[in-house]
Amino acid sequence: MQKKILDVKGLETRFRTDEGVVHAINGVSFEVNEGETVGIVGESGCGKSVTMLSVLRLIPMPPGVISAGSAEFYEQDLLKLSEKEMQSVRGAQIAMIFQDPMTSLNPVLTIGKQLTEPMLLHLSISEEEADRRAVELLEMVGISEAEGRLKDYPHQFSGGMRQRVMIAMALSCNPKVLIADEPTTALDVTIQAQFVDLVKRLQADLGMAIIWITHDLGVIAGLAQRMMVMYGGLFIEEADVKELYANPQHPYTVGLLGSLPRLDGKHAERLVSIDGLPPVLYAPPTSCPFAPRCEFVVEKCLEENPALEEVAPNHKVACWVDIATGRMK
Amino acid sequence: MSALVRVENLKKYFPIRKGLLRREVGSVHAVDGVSFEIKKGETLGLVGESGCGKSTTGRTFLRVYEPTDGKMMYDGVDLASLNAVEMRKMRRKLQMIFQDPYASLNPRMKVLDIVGESLIVHKLATGKEVQARVEELLTLVGLNPAFANRYPHEFSGGQRQRIGIARALSLQPEFIICDEPISALDVSVQAQVINLLEDLQEEFGLTYLFIAHDLSMVRHISDRVAVMYLGGIVELADKDDLYEEPLHPYSQALLSAVPIPDPVAEEGRRRVLLKGDVPSPINPPSGCRFHTRCPIAETICVEKRPEQREVKANHFVSCHLVDAEEVVA
Repeated sequence: MQKKILDVKGLETRFRTDEGVVHAINGVSFEVNEGETVGIVGESGCGKSVTMLSVLRLIPMPPGVISAGSAEFYEQDLLKLSEKEMQSVRGAQIAMIFQDPMTSLNPVLTIGKQLTEPMLLHLSISEEEADRRAVELLEMVGISEAEGRLKDYPHQFSGGMRQRVMIAMALSCNPKVLIADEPTTALDVTIQAQFVDLVKRLQADLGMAIIWITHDLGVIAGLAQRMMVMYGGLFIEEADVKELYANPQHPYTVGLLGSLPRLDGKHAERLVSIDGLPPVLYAPPTSCPFAPRCEFVVEKCLEENPALEEVAPNHKVACWVDIATGRMK
Repeated sequence: MSALVRVENLKKYFPIRKGLLRREVGSVHAVDGVSFEIKKGETLGLVGESGCGKSTTGRTFLRVYEPTDGKMMYDGVDLASLNAVEMRKMRRKLQMIFQDPYASLNPRMKVLDIVGESLIVHKLATGKEVQARVEELLTLVGLNPAFANRYPHEFSGGQRQRIGIARALSLQPEFIICDEPISALDVSVQAQVINLLEDLQEEFGLTYLFIAHDLSMVRHISDRVAVMYLGGIVELADKDDLYEEPLHPYSQALLSAVPIPDPVAEEGRRRVLLKGDVPSPINPPSGCRFHTRCPIAETICVEKRPEQREVKANHFVSCHLVDAEEVVA
């Protein structure tokens, strides 16, 4: 049995806006074990990034509030730590990389400066030692002539290389968990393939757990062992990757998979489209948030929001309806 | 059947100017010798990574940019030879749908004016007729005709793209260039727009040039596909032919890099990983543009630029090392 490192329970996050309180995360629970890769999949605005930003307490407060839940990292609740204690976790034990490598690197500092900063902060090492390690890290992520490039600025690197620098920086303090928030969305496919290959190799060598946030059901299929599908600030389906793609049980997951054409041509003549739009929740969901777009909708869906329940070993779904029969479970 | 669109050796160089006198110090070879044909009612997919010149090709064809060299035949007329008045008349038949539905609609104009503007410019309708025609177009693209008096910010990304499509259709065009029409949209909404484009093509017998970087979607919507790299087409073939048996080393690498949303299919795949990044089009490599990253490049590839050859029926490749006899055997 693998050791559990992250255990999130009943997480709720809200944002106060001029239009009202937006209920971004509405009770999300999940676990991450040592060394595994977990995918969180969903469309824009479903709350997938906010979930992980809440765990790291990186959402702007105010307007954001984490109103309920716990996030235990090695049995220590991150949501109860002082800001100072949190700083020793962030970047050192849990690291995060973001979608846009141009905006997440400081344009006026050299790559060397940015790479050594977390090491000097978290590891008690000298500047010379940090520089030496920075070179090693850049070599590890496949940047040639690493020593000379420490003095370069971010704009002197291409998009793919910047994302490599980002991951070198994230891994500089040997984190136990790496959170990757759509890290390949801004990259071209051939560069994306290089990057995914790199991440897999780094994980095999260093053994960190990865939480990969994405809207791309293709990338995650070849990367994760387990995944969660998110909609309206809730996990609506959770399963091992193979099980989820072979046997999706939530109408939204079925729709998402059906709306994707496949490179190998194994798809229907016409794409399945999900009519309507994802919701913005100004109140906690009292009915199923997917009900207005769902073709299987029954009366119960509008009365009560279904909880995530196990339908098969390691396969949980939040839906009142059995989509095989179209009737209530 | 003869081709509706025939592009021959099209070139578009953008000058780079420097200094006080804005002297030309070089040029970006954005499109550098592109040739293709599109038959009436057909969809040609144009794929490639960012900066390969696919959008510039489309825009130059509509004379958004003036071509540097080459022929752009539409229905027997060379668009490059037309004067401004003749070209404006021609534009009734040639329309474009843009990538960013947020940037391509004027935020200060009502939908009625956005969609109806070209009807007025081309003197095809006045007053009440415009209103009636716009409502008809909105219904056609699946929007409520009562929305004609709203502004773009009141619509979602998918709805805005529908407005862009209604605008393109207002002059009853024959040929539409779709420039990354779905890249900015969420997965479930992408399928809605693609299905709409397919329905419209069937109803009005439209001819599409579909420019995109999503290779799976291009396979779904196209009849034939052209792969571009650094300003040139490297391979052009029927879609199934190209996707099942890519001949150019770049197409092979590109296709192998696209993830398939199926973990079982992903396990058995072998990726051809390219080294490095795409070279700059300001000073493109000699000979074959791809030789700097090509896994099988030989001396001839550095010295001589390969011609586009038909190596088997309707399958064109620009590579010295693809042997026509071997391919047929």
